[in-house]
Amino acid sequence: MAAGVATWLPFARAAAVGWLPLAKKTMPKPPVDNSSRSDEILYVNVSGVRFQTWKNTLDRYPETLLGSSEKEFFYNEDTQEYFFDRDPEMFRHILNFYRTGKLHYPRNECIQAFDEELAFYGIVPEIIGDCCMEEYRDRKKENQERLAEDTEANEASDAPLPPHSTSRERLWRAFENPHTSTMALVFYYVTGFFIAVSVIANVVETVPCRPPKGSVKDLPCGEKYQLAFFCMDTACVLIFTFEYLMRLFAAPSRCKFMRSVMSVIDVVAIMPYYIGLVMPENEDVSGAFVTLRVFRVFRIFKFSRHSQGLRILGYTLKSCASELGFLLFSLTMAIIIFATVMFYAEKGTKGSTFTSIPASFWYTIVTMTTLGYGDMVPNTIAGKIFGSICSLSGVLVIALPVPVIVSNFSRIYHQNQRADKMRAQQKVRLARIRMAKKGTTNAFLQYKEDRDRDSDSTALCVKNRSAFEHQHHHLLHCLEKTTNHEFTDEMTYSELCMTESVGFRTSRSTSLSSQQGAQNNSTGCCPRRARRRAAMRLANSTVSVSRGSVQELDMLHVKTTSIPPQTRSSLNAQADDLKLNCGEQDFTAAIISIPTPPANTPDESLPPSPAPIPGILRNTRATAYTHDTVKISSL
Amino acid sequence: CGVYLCTFSGVEDELELSAVRHRPEGLEQLEAQTRFSRKELQILYRGFKNECPSGVVNEETFKDIYSQFFPQGDASTYAHFLFNAFDTDHNGSVSFEDFVMGLSILLRGTVQEKLNWAFNLYDINKDGYITKEEMLDIMKAIYDMMGKCTYPVLKEETPRQHVEVFFQKMDKNKDGVVTIDEFIDCCQNDENIMRSMHLFENVL
Repeated sequence: MAAGVATWLPFARAAAVGWLPLAKKTMPKPPVDNSSRSDEILYVNVSGVRFQTWKNTLDRYPETLLGSSEKEFFYNEDTQEYFFDRDPEMFRHILNFYRTGKLHYPRNECIQAFDEELAFYGIVPEIIGDCCMEEYRDRKKENQERLAEDTEANEASDAPLPPHSTSRERLWRAFENPHTSTMALVFYYVTGFFIAVSVIANVVETVPCRPPKGSVKDLPCGEKYQLAFFCMDTACVLIFTFEYLMRLFAAPSRCKFMRSVMSVIDVVAIMPYYIGLVMPENEDVSGAFVTLRVFRVFRIFKFSRHSQGLRILGYTLKSCASELGFLLFSLTMAIIIFATVMFYAEKGTKGSTFTSIPASFWYTIVTMTTLGYGDMVPNTIAGKIFGSICSLSGVLVIALPVPVIVSNFSRIYHQNQRADKMRAQQKVRLARIRMAKKGTTNAFLQYKEDRDRDSDSTALCVKNRSAFEHQHHHLLHCLEKTTNHEFTDEMTYSELCMTESVGFRTSRSTSLSSQQGAQNNSTGCCPRRARRRAAMRLANSTVSVSRGSVQELDMLHVKTTSIPPQTRSSLNAQADDLKLNCGEQDFTAAIISIPTPPANTPDESLPPSPAPIPGILRNTRATAYTHDTVKISSL
Repeated sequence: CGVYLCTFSGVEDELELSAVRHRPEGLEQLEAQTRFSRKELQILYRGFKNECPSGVVNEETFKDIYSQFFPQGDASTYAHFLFNAFDTDHNGSVSFEDFVMGLSILLRGTVQEKLNWAFNLYDINKDGYITKEEMLDIMKAIYDMMGKCTYPVLKEETPRQHVEVFFQKMDKNKDGVVTIDEFIDCCQNDENIMRSMHLFENVL
């Protein structure tokens, strides 16, 4: 968690006094603070430049070099200062981080040098403040790209293959990077050539050639040299099919490949040929077949594998789609309006070409784009007036959005890039915050486990936990005691939820006892920590959620003791007396019953000693004032 | 009282209170009013000023800071009540004097004073009586800090039950409210509470 709030910890702990009168259980002892309370000034000498700062300032971030004991390695006894043989200019920024809690990236420094300094001082770059984060990331990415380009250029020239790649991987690599091997390059150029041939053939076959001898009509070349064109088409399609199948075979993820745009184009380019083969020479069907041949022109898109520019254009159109869509929409609106008006204006005239509103669409479009073919002209005065308004507004409607789109495109393009960056940063930031929170929680849960395990020994401070963490954990512990609930992690919580929902809804306690073993009708409470977890699960499955005025068995509770030593002995003493049948199933069902006002006055029903007295159980309010471990019985 | 330095910057037709700076009273005065030593006050102020350069804490910042200590739950409601308890002059911000006076009571005060402070915290509308509704609000705020993932699972009626327990104990004449005398009496008779009052004394 942000150790910047370390200064507020004393305040948070002091405010915990507010919980004390409400606490259900006794508070744990505070951690012993061995560190000297007084603050001192430390001297840090970085290559001759002397910095001075309070020790507390450096202690704010205990996971860094300067905040932890790692700096002792750099302590110089003779001069009584910490000496670092590093860049003093950079150190200024590092030290400011401790002071203000925000890390800034100096723009005039090399990004790599800065990164190295951060790594040395144990500071993660992710905590760079928002003000400098974008700059930092831009520079870093630029640097990485430049390095990557250099390495790629080096690699591309000699192109060593990874040693253990399968033939499939090699094939895929050959397809994706044609420059890797000569074979791939040859294949690349051959397919390119055939795409060009195919497109040209498609174009040429419609050109009228000289008619064959004996006929007057001009024939398109396609029909005159039908066989030649057919052979050429077959050859191209064969090559394309072969290429597609090879790519499909080599693709690391076939489904993904089949869904990609390029493969769709490939399929669309070769399908008409096969459909044409399959289809019979039928007059009706061949009309439809002819339409299919149009799709052959899609082969030209296969060039986009060969051309970087086409790819970029496609991408930019895609990213500009909303703007284009809006343009289209507004145009459609204008067209409809004007077409309607023109139609009704020209309705009366004889021999008018404006036969219907859809027919007027053509006129509107031609006029608005200032083409003016002249195949449809208005004759009435009203029509002419509206026609002129149409052409004037056309200039506006068309001419205005185009530069807007161009600038939009440029803006959107850059903005998209920045938005992606920010989204990624936001995700990272949120993830970091979540991780920090989880880290704190986990640290606390870990501390509890350790404490439970070594509660006998006083080795609570065996782990490297800073004073801050000690105190923070103590604070959380106090909160647990106040509310008599414990912090758990997500996993355990979801388990609890599940088991509770399937738990028996009985309000009798007998079910419990029968579960726990008949012989355990003891009145003992023998908390066994090792069995706690397993016992918990067992217990929870039988948690009775009894509603009603008297809630007897609210929950099952085996509390391991975190009692301060003085009461621990008393617990042991008591427990010995009551150690009846603490056998293997020495579970202790602790009932916390919180009934509606019992007959007894509060004071009386508070048993000062922890000794459970059978019989009273139903109404015993297990308050925590007496003890940590709450016992019960009467099972 | 502290000296408020307000700089007005005329921005077009608006008067903007661009920076409110609050300078606390002198060290001697604070030393006299609180039970902290000079050095302790220095340390406290340095930390305070670092986090809040303007010299005052507003409620939002207060909530943020307090929430960082309780990552699993939602500490904002309790922080709100705490803020009101610290902001003794109810001007919407906690200055260094408020802060240090509060800390002085909590860390160095007599048990009576601490109990007084706690009573003041629970008494949301500061009318001298703690009603069940007020207590319920406080209790819910505390349980909110625990968050969702607790063992045993927190139920809806847990805070309410806790309030009932509290009132059982504290409300001697069963009139539905707890007065300051009832509260202090009852707490003083409870040795656990008494013992725990000394828990946080060595915090600073």
